[in-house]
Amino acid sequence: MMQPATAILPERGLGDRLTALFWRRPRVLLALLLVPPLLWLGVVYLGSLFALLLQSFYSIDEFSGVVKEEFTLKTYAELFRAQNVDIILRTLLMSALVTLACAVIAFPIAYFAARFARGRWKAVFYLGVMLPLWSSYLVKVYAWKLILAKEGILTWTAEHMGVGAIWGRALDEQWFGGSSLSTSPVGTFIVFVYIWLPYMILPMQAALERVPGSMLEAAADLGASRAQAFRTVILPLALPGIVAGSIFTFSLTLGDYIIPQIVGTSARFIGLAVYQLQGTAGNIPLAAAFAVVPIVIMLVYLTVAKRMGAFDAL
Amino acid sequence: MTSPATPAVEFRAVTRHFGSVRAVDGVDLTIAEGAFFAMLGPSGSGKTTCLRLISGFEKPTSGQIRIFGQDVSDVPPNRRNVNTVFQDYALFPHMSVRDNVAYGLMVKGVDRKTRLDRAEEMLSLVKLPGYGDRKPGQLSGGQRQRVALARALVNEPRVLLLDEPLGALDLKLREAMQDELKALQKRLGITFVFVTHDQHEALSMADSLAVFSDGKIAQIGTPEEVYARPQSRFVADFVGSSNVLPPDLTRALGGPARWSSLRPEQVRIADQGQGRGIVTSIRYLGAGSRVALRIGEAEVAALVPAGQTVPEQGAEVAIAFDPAALHVMEG
Repeated sequence: MMQPATAILPERGLGDRLTALFWRRPRVLLALLLVPPLLWLGVVYLGSLFALLLQSFYSIDEFSGVVKEEFTLKTYAELFRAQNVDIILRTLLMSALVTLACAVIAFPIAYFAARFARGRWKAVFYLGVMLPLWSSYLVKVYAWKLILAKEGILTWTAEHMGVGAIWGRALDEQWFGGSSLSTSPVGTFIVFVYIWLPYMILPMQAALERVPGSMLEAAADLGASRAQAFRTVILPLALPGIVAGSIFTFSLTLGDYIIPQIVGTSARFIGLAVYQLQGTAGNIPLAAAFAVVPIVIMLVYLTVAKRMGAFDAL
Repeated sequence: MTSPATPAVEFRAVTRHFGSVRAVDGVDLTIAEGAFFAMLGPSGSGKTTCLRLISGFEKPTSGQIRIFGQDVSDVPPNRRNVNTVFQDYALFPHMSVRDNVAYGLMVKGVDRKTRLDRAEEMLSLVKLPGYGDRKPGQLSGGQRQRVALARALVNEPRVLLLDEPLGALDLKLREAMQDELKALQKRLGITFVFVTHDQHEALSMADSLAVFSDGKIAQIGTPEEVYARPQSRFVADFVGSSNVLPPDLTRALGGPARWSSLRPEQVRIADQGQGRGIVTSIRYLGAGSRVALRIGEAEVAALVPAGQTVPEQGAEVAIAFDPAALHVMEG
């Protein structure tokens, strides 16, 4: 004999009780989900950022080397000394060039992955882009040092192809080699591009993925050449992804202090300057002021990008 | 120059294979200039591929396509004087409605003033004057459809292709747009080719149509011809909710021993008639009732107009029809 059907099913324990609570008070669930990350973000993350800002308004006593905890803009003024401006401009130029190169190299790869890769090819794409991220950053940088070294595989290849003499002459050029690629600005540039490339490809691919194929067909249908369709449809629609990727490549290059140390000249970058100022020099205020520079640059960059309509398609 | 006899679009033994799938399989087709031509068929029947072959988004595996007598085999889409209204409208989301409509003129290098004026004209044509400043995202489905239409017409194409143009609209809007499209085509006098899986839409709008099945054309003709004289079981089945009668039933009802079709609206319920059957289901349609009868192994539907007596389910009744209404098919 079946029980007469009831309108309410029996409660099955804690799970059902919690479900009922969350159903009655949806904000409870929201609060439970948000409080831990907000605490982390608010206290640990923004808190340390604030501490950093605070430090940058202190100064160091030039004789004793003791930090004076008084509000002053003296430390910021120090940033404008010729040698420090040099560091900032060098870092800025490198970041801009690395970002540009990453964008140019990433676009065809991201475009292929978004437009044509299906099934297995899509897996190959993701694996190919992500695989380098699985190995240690330091291992990759040292591997590049070996590749770029004067006795490395590039020189070896040039010699075996019979262009060893031209290669040697190129390396003698100060900007290109200065005796070896592993100690030149070009070498630093190459390694930066290699290391940050995945961070450009992935957001770009995600942006291109969202551009329906019919959009391109519509452009062609209305008479646009490939170049016109690229400029007027693909590029504007992919721009949020390109900007997202460039935020990664740009800010990561702005702050990196290891690559220029291992592969490059002795010329300093912002990251390296911060590292040395807070370590050996013990000048925490100036290190903090230097660390504020990339933040300001990124804010300016995002403002300009927004003004130019980079986020209109979002 | 093209003489009046030159068809707008011509397919000669056109085939398009995707791997082992024959999406379009040996299609011969002639679309007259100024026609409102419908390509009708179930999904996967090759009708959309045929449209994409005309616009140039697909290349034929073999065969030849001519537009106004010119072979377009080697002509990319941007140089074909045909324009498309896409199924998803494919409006550019980052541009205003005005810039969307003016896009075709912009890529041609028409100066800004002229092209914006033209865009405004086109927006008036599709009854959206003053909507130029909005973004496509701010428009309703029906409005987007009109923008897509205006954008496709701004280039003054000789052939306008419409890919399931009304598919995403609700019934009422769809019917209004059907009338409007028809009127627009008359007014502009250009050839419209539209793809649909909706038989009512094809019958009511087109002045000639092709019924597609498995990459081939099952029948081509005027709506009246296709509706009243289907050449095959498939066409009879797909184009109308027609009765398809097997050979033995056709003979029992007074015809030859062949497959035939019989329109429900031509079947009357009577006391005496060509055959008798049991009422199995009754569907009320508003303007009448569709009564399904079982006769032997087959099912025959009759349309009883509103106001006439509808038999009860399970009752045994006779059906009567004009013998000329029994249409014998080839296959």
